[in-house]
Amino acid sequence: MSSGQPFQTNNAIIKWIDHRLPIFSLTNDTLVDYPAPRNLNYWWNFGSLAGLALVVMIVTGIVLAMQYTPHVDYAFDSVERIMRDVNGGWLIRYIHMNMASFFFIAVIIHIFRGLYYGSYKAPREILWILGVVIFLLMMATAFMGYVLPWGQMSFWGATVITNLFSAIPLVGESIVTWLWGGFSVNNPTLNRFFALHYLLPFVIVGVVILHIWALHRFGSNNPLGIDAKGPQDKIPFHPYYTVKDAFGVGVFLLIFSVFLFFAPNFLGHPDNYIPANPLSTPAHIVPEWYFLPFYAILRSVPDKLLGVVLMFASIGILFILPWLDRSPVRSCKFRPVYKWFFWVLLIACVALGWAGQEAPEGAPLYISRVATAYYFFHFLVLLPLLGVIERPKPLPASIAEPVLGGGEVWSNAAAKPMEKA
Amino acid sequence: MMKKLVFAAAAAAVAMSLGAAQAAEGIQAPKSTWSFSGIFGTFDQAQLQRGYQVYKEVCAGCHAMDLIAFRNLAELGYNEDEVKAIAAEYDVTDGPDDEGEMFDRPARPSDYFPNPFPNAKAAAASNGGSVPPDLSLMAKARAAGPDYLKAMLMGYEEDVPESVLQQIFEIETEKNRKRAEEIGLTDYNRVESVEDLGLPDTSSFNAYFPGYGIAMAAPLGDEAVEYADGTPATLENHAADVAAFLMWTAEPALDDRKQMGIKVIIFLLIFSGVLYAAKRKCWADLH
Repeated sequence: MSSGQPFQTNNAIIKWIDHRLPIFSLTNDTLVDYPAPRNLNYWWNFGSLAGLALVVMIVTGIVLAMQYTPHVDYAFDSVERIMRDVNGGWLIRYIHMNMASFFFIAVIIHIFRGLYYGSYKAPREILWILGVVIFLLMMATAFMGYVLPWGQMSFWGATVITNLFSAIPLVGESIVTWLWGGFSVNNPTLNRFFALHYLLPFVIVGVVILHIWALHRFGSNNPLGIDAKGPQDKIPFHPYYTVKDAFGVGVFLLIFSVFLFFAPNFLGHPDNYIPANPLSTPAHIVPEWYFLPFYAILRSVPDKLLGVVLMFASIGILFILPWLDRSPVRSCKFRPVYKWFFWVLLIACVALGWAGQEAPEGAPLYISRVATAYYFFHFLVLLPLLGVIERPKPLPASIAEPVLGGGEVWSNAAAKPMEKA
Repeated sequence: MMKKLVFAAAAAAVAMSLGAAQAAEGIQAPKSTWSFSGIFGTFDQAQLQRGYQVYKEVCAGCHAMDLIAFRNLAELGYNEDEVKAIAAEYDVTDGPDDEGEMFDRPARPSDYFPNPFPNAKAAAASNGGSVPPDLSLMAKARAAGPDYLKAMLMGYEEDVPESVLQQIFEIETEKNRKRAEEIGLTDYNRVESVEDLGLPDTSSFNAYFPGYGIAMAAPLGDEAVEYADGTPATLENHAADVAAFLMWTAEPALDDRKQMGIKVIIFLLIFSGVLYAAKRKCWADLH
């Protein structure tokens, strides 16, 4: 599945290096000549957008770490010092704060795109699993990052979430003490969260490299969900997808800038501008918005242990998704029944997010129960069943056929792009 | 078509949920127009100076403001000598000197605002058991920020309009009725006056404070502060000016942020347009 012709150059130095360390060939095969399906739509932009967000988070994070003090007595004030006295500090800190949300937005859309077009199916199971691992690592990193400013929500969020582990029978309490490094959330907790918050993004980078490696083994899935039949179905990544991704970056940054410059605290919680106080519990402890669906699942059942199990299972289930979905057809375009349930799943997830920030009583509790039940029903019952009973629509013969409306024009067009610089 | 509908529904659900997060137990603070509202809004230095005066003459008696130094006052339009003069009005403890003794000296621009109390216990002892919170970040630490602060400062029983009181009485009566209904009673307490709310003796009624009982007695009123620039010394002006000042102490970079934002967004609009044109041209021979 590598490109048609190997990497070629006339530059003697590059040739010399590439012969000993084929880094130029690798870059060329990965980002330039890499053959991609010709029919990828804009939903395929969110992978590169997530990559961009990761880089932005690491760069701003390293700069912030140069000014931040991970100590319970100084953390809050050191963040405010960044906001007030460090040159451009407010900008770096607000970028870091808001890009965290936009990273999740990009990754969540990326995941739902995978669900809609069946990108998790053979032979891309490991690619999908690595993606779920990245998502889990992101959640751990984001959770610990939110603790660092040591505001009220930092402290109480950390207390509530770490306390979840006390639900584990017998060893639960010991595990919580071990996580805290003491008998409450305190300075050792803040220190280790800072250490791990600095470490995990680089672990994410490692898994992202594996994710891309696995992606390039068989190439991108595509909106039709059928395999490429020949060179007429593919175009080189550069310039076609580099320019398309660049346009996506422009729009993404535009929307991001609206939040960054005109509503930088919109996605946060006002209580986190109050210094952490272990003696005063906020009226409502709510996590960041991207955790709300999971928070709703946790609180949808009266039993703490069952809630914790369901919450982790809601992610765990994604690991076995490639084997739960028995349908041989990837794309929802050709799955007339499943297509509807995809949207029901999306609505259930949005409903869970809404219910997650309400007190768990009355209508929000009822909605979170129904949505949680549907979430598991969708993956555990519907998907295996639909694979057997659904009658998919006929698949097109090739990618080029529906795109070019007949298939006779392609020979011309497909030959040309390879010549383009 | 279907996709669009589902999207609209999802967007609406998200918007609704974000709105609901703001709905506190009490009534919403009325929205005010601020010089710093909107995309092009900036701080009004004259208003910030008036707000600083209110803070200095009234609030600073009990509330600390740890994150603001005298040097920051230059951003309100005071020149270097004025900042030095303001700082010199205060004494701060420095030291130890060569004999190992702590000593008092007049404050310098680099000093932070001195705390009215030596520690939290002393603050609580002087204020009926409640510690007056630090005001540095107050405008960002409360939902609705400056709107809430202004409404709260004007939300005491004598100052608040009768219609707002009636609204609160109705809300609380309805709550009592629901609570009674849940435990199967038909009788419930009607709330018809502030006394019926049953607030503790140590607190004052405030229409916008969560739970209505605030430990701070009404700090402002008409003529609380005499403005140097001739602005009428009304309660509303005092409340608005100090709320604006607290927005500045919470977010001093607000002006810089919005000005940079406008430039960045104009750039990104043009840049994205160019990239879109490049994309169209590049892909033209494929379709």
